Amino acid sequence: MNKKSILAPFKGWKYLFKKPVAIPMDDIFKNPRESQDNYRGFHINDWETCIGCGTCAEICPTNAITMVERSDVEDVEGSKPERPVIDYGRCCFCGLCVDICTSGSLNLTKEYLYNSSEPEDYLHMPTSEGITGKEYKLGYIQDETSDLLDLERKHMEHVGAEKRKSSFIEIVRGFSKEQALAESARCVDCGICTKTCPANMNIPEYIKSVWEGNLEEGLDYLYKTNPLPSVCGRICTHECESVCALSHRGDAIAIRWLKRYIVDNMPDDKYEEIVLSQVSKKGEGKVAIVGAGSSGLSAAYYLATLGYEVDVYERKPMAGGPMRYGAPKYRLPDAVTDHDISFIEKLGVKIHTNTDVGKDITLDELKKTHNAVFVSTGYPDTRALKIPGVDHKDVKMAMSFLAAATEYERGVAAMPDIKEDVVVVGSGDVAFDVARTLIRFQNEKYGKMNVQMLALETAQQVPATPEEVTEGVEEGIHMNLGFGPQTIQIDKESGDIKGIEACECIRLFDDNNRFDPQMDFDAKMCLETQQVYLAIGQVSDLSYIPKELQDKITIERGKIKVDAEGQVDGASWLFAGGDIVHGMDIINGVADGHRAAVGIDKYISKNKK
Amino acid sequence: MKEIKLFLGPQHPGMHGNASIHMYVDGDIINRAYLLPGMLHRGFEKSMERRTWMNNIALIPRICVPEPDTNEMVFAMNIEALANVEVPERAHWIRMLILELARLSAHLMAFGGCGGPTGLYTAMYWAQADRDLILTLFEEITGQRIYHMYIVGGGVRKDLPKGIEKKILDFVDDLERRLPDYEDLILNNPSILARIKDNIMLPAEVVWELGVTGIGMRSATGLEYDLRKVTPYARYDKVEFDVPTATYSDAYARLNIKYLEMYQIIRIIRQVLDMMPGGKVRAKVAEGSALRWRIPKGQVYSAVEASRGEYGYYTVSTGETMPYRVAVRGASFPQGLLGIEKYLPGHRIDDAPLWFDTMGVCSPEIDR
Ligand code: SF4
Ligand code: SF4
Ligand code: SF4
Repeated sequence: MNKKSILAPFKGWKYLFKKPVAIPMDDIFKNPRESQDNYRGFHINDWETCIGCGTCAEICPTNAITMVERSDVEDVEGSKPERPVIDYGRCCFCGLCVDICTSGSLNLTKEYLYNSSEPEDYLHMPTSEGITGKEYKLGYIQDETSDLLDLERKHMEHVGAEKRKSSFIEIVRGFSKEQALAESARCVDCGICTKTCPANMNIPEYIKSVWEGNLEEGLDYLYKTNPLPSVCGRICTHECESVCALSHRGDAIAIRWLKRYIVDNMPDDKYEEIVLSQVSKKGEGKVAIVGAGSSGLSAAYYLATLGYEVDVYERKPMAGGPMRYGAPKYRLPDAVTDHDISFIEKLGVKIHTNTDVGKDITLDELKKTHNAVFVSTGYPDTRALKIPGVDHKDVKMAMSFLAAATEYERGVAAMPDIKEDVVVVGSGDVAFDVARTLIRFQNEKYGKMNVQMLALETAQQVPATPEEVTEGVEEGIHMNLGFGPQTIQIDKESGDIKGIEACECIRLFDDNNRFDPQMDFDAKMCLETQQVYLAIGQVSDLSYIPKELQDKITIERGKIKVDAEGQVDGASWLFAGGDIVHGMDIINGVADGHRAAVGIDKYISKNKK
Repeated sequence: MKEIKLFLGPQHPGMHGNASIHMYVDGDIINRAYLLPGMLHRGFEKSMERRTWMNNIALIPRICVPEPDTNEMVFAMNIEALANVEVPERAHWIRMLILELARLSAHLMAFGGCGGPTGLYTAMYWAQADRDLILTLFEEITGQRIYHMYIVGGGVRKDLPKGIEKKILDFVDDLERRLPDYEDLILNNPSILARIKDNIMLPAEVVWELGVTGIGMRSATGLEYDLRKVTPYARYDKVEFDVPTATYSDAYARLNIKYLEMYQIIRIIRQVLDMMPGGKVRAKVAEGSALRWRIPKGQVYSAVEASRGEYGYYTVSTGETMPYRVAVRGASFPQGLLGIEKYLPGHRIDDAPLWFDTMGVCSPEIDR
């Protein structure tokens, strides 16, 4: 062994006089080192942004997160009044909760020092304050790269504008199996949508069924709260999607299309088995239902499952109400409505079509022959517009036009008399149904089209669902927004309509957000047209309710006052639901029908004793 | 003299990791020895079957504390193979950076770690202090010092922070300058040499018998068996480095190779930083939210060259949200468990911790 080697290790002594790299204990608390920017330290959570969905708790690999209900957080739609509590005795600071947080409210700070002799102090409900209460710096935060949600909705195939504007083929193709699986895999199973759905459908449950490939279970869930799933899977207003947890940072789950996927992919025999299996009682009594729209059919179905004999009276030749005589077939083919109704009939529900209650049979007679009566007669008529010229024969009402149009589409009537240049007044879904139907008719009849839309609302205020607007414009509707019609001009010589004059609407709602349009009568314009279609809202027709009864019950602005279960104030045997109670909406109708069925069941059972 | 029973570890400054060696000694000569693992037994493999593909990222780094990233890497490779996912180019290079930094930190720990059993605490302190600087780099890149949870199926979890390249280069420059000090302190130190030269032998036959890989195999057989060369993963085929070997494996040879490898690691890190491409760092591995990721049916074995040898996961997927089975091939399992039983006897008591250190034994990967 040489001398060099013996001395070699002692070279290390040169470090004796350097600054030590160790941190003195004292400094650790008094002068703590700042962690790096990306540090995964204690959590913060912005309560204003957090929606209480619990997805953070769902992913946490150490089960460190418990969702705790808070009375100081408002229980509003689109959120739950819960906030996450972290158990720092369990948390491993992986940050997966941050990566998946649906709202982006949860992040980690650079804080890593926290001490307490109380074990409870390690259960922490993060707020935007930071665990130590002192100023903190952000550490590991949510970004696109580490995102654990799938923010993009799976593509749904639509028939192109060129092809669809000259036919009534259904526009939306429906999900394939792969698309449905992928779309359902995006759902975080939070249930926030359920609260907003008027029928409180078991949305996360049936989406999970789709994801698990168990469509039977999915259908079972659907029928628990909605006996018109094929229809709703197509034309529901899908309010649930507007609050979906995924919508905060990405696209809402296509809840409606997943519902449609279940019903469209279930073989009829299985379907029948599941629907019939919902019957729980038999021979309980008899109930009459007036009006075979969504509410009436829903009540009929649930009453049948509760063991009642149900008679449904419908004045039109076919059951379905607006599903049959309102919605154009490119949105809702007849076969779909038939499908849902056929299963309701399989439960023994009798639908008496072409029977106009009030004319062919009175409400009193129904009361005598049944234990209870449910009325759900909807909004069959179009709201009138009081301007000069509306009495002209070429001013058409939306509801009667749509009814005639559907009759033509199903081949039982001739095409309504339509002209080459038309104006549709209104900008709601019904107005678009009218305008888009007109486009198809004009294409068929004249090989060209000219459909103008005239509405008070501005582009931001248009009440129609956004896809109606996009698709309508794609098909060629010309929009004139922010103008209110004033006069329908009539050619003196020929007696035909030649145009419609409108003024600019400078304000639609007053300061209290009440509908109160104000016009600038100097800002005028005129649309040349041969026909005017009015689609500015619908109204009820309650003339079948006899005067004496009308006096006993409360009717305000065409709506009947009922209690939570649909029982009419002032007539305990009478129940009501749907448009005439809550306003136009199929899914509200379904929900009302279900609630009323429960109410009627209670009422009849009580009266039996 | 009467044979007595002696425990080395788990609480002992000379012991590496949470294991203990149960020895029967006669004087200071070991007659029989058994490894008692399981001190850290968390049932990793079984637990993995009950965690989603993503959530496992919080668990698996713990299977090797000093070099956790290999776990993340092999599991990510498993997922990518099963799901047939193309990893973005940049992610490959970031992964190499992480894996080499991790190798460097593990080598430092083991190289300086021979100070514990030999009483040369300076070596341990130096190495720990330098390793800490690497941990700070990890903290900046991944958000944590030890358990990085950074390499994930499809790539890495976040892009590199701005300016990290310079910090890494500065660190490796500095370390490279000081490595000769380490050499003098340890490899040229007569009191250490007395303990490691011609001692704790690993003959080539034993390598073949037990299935030893890594530095153990390379030091005994002269074979350049390094998975980064033999079956390159990430982009190891795009960087230049040498694989140091020897044909006589005493404790010295193995420490020496570890020392030489540190230079190679630095060489790789510089090339990686130099050739680092831009672009995305993560690809989608499955549809939906991480709560519902399903990885296609199949079985796959993925392995990398860890600081201790071949490290791999064999994973079976039934197409569900959680792995059906994961089996871990701990790199030091053969020498750590069987080797101790069969070849530690005959050595002196104080050789036992050196055996642990220079054979590169990591107890949690034996526990699994
Ligand atoms: S950081 Fe990880 S372990 Fe901690 S609460 Fe979030 S998900 Fe759970
Ligand atoms: S995931 Fe985000 S939004 Fe949802 S409860 Fe947790 S912190 Fe709140
Ligand atoms: S559909 Fe949206 S809101 Fe409903 S459970 Fe799924 S993620 Fe939550």
